[in-house]
Amino acid sequence: MANYKLDITKEHCPMTFVKTKIELSKLKSGDTLEVLLTDGEPLENVPRSSTEQGFKVLSINEANVKGTHTVVFQK
Amino acid sequence: MVTTEIKLNPNTKKLSLIGFSGDFDKLVAFFTLATGAAAVGYEVNLFFTFWGLDGIKIKQGRSPMGNGFLTKVFGVFMGGLKSAPVSRLNFGGISPKIFRYMMRKNNVATLEELVEAAKVLNINFYACEMAMQILGIQKTDLIPEVKDVIGVASFLKIADGGQTLFI
Repeated sequence: MANYKLDITKEHCPMTFVKTKIELSKLKSGDTLEVLLTDGEPLENVPRSSTEQGFKVLSINEANVKGTHTVVFQK
Repeated sequence: MVTTEIKLNPNTKKLSLIGFSGDFDKLVAFFTLATGAAAVGYEVNLFFTFWGLDGIKIKQGRSPMGNGFLTKVFGVFMGGLKSAPVSRLNFGGISPKIFRYMMRKNNVATLEELVEAAKVLNINFYACEMAMQILGIQKTDLIPEVKDVIGVASFLKIADGGQTLFI
């Protein structure tokens, strides 16, 4: 089991989704990906679209910088 | 470049886009929709016809195409991804350069980055057989990601059961 990290706080649509999708597609069963993202569209839609594609959201927590969150996905 | 294999779920939703325009801004909208949809799990099919073929030529600048005089002239005037004009206020080709600068400055994906993302996301590229015939474009003039050269009937079959947009 491996744990990966991805920061998409500086990205804009559609690259927020594109970069998350590419990283998620590298995961093997049991691996996790921690995504650092901003409020608004990324926080509302990245977890939703990823769960629709079969990934589990293990946690969503506020990050140190205001307006950012960490979302942990698992395959 | 990332070469990850992205597999689609059999219950995937489908979006098919007809790329008619070779304008810079419309190509940005086209590839933004395509990559965004693919990233959230849609099967995406892109059908390039007429000026839209400029977006998938291997030679991204102005280059003659085909064997006839007229096709060569068209090839030079049409150009490719790098010479795509904006649909309004092009100012002789200065505006696309300004757009590219503004996109980079604001950390927004450039047109070239969007096309690369479309390739990584395994989006399906198709080229219009009829438009290629008129413009003297061969499949070898197009990027290798172009899966097939097809006509309307094949495109309709591919797009069946999903949403289709014309840009």
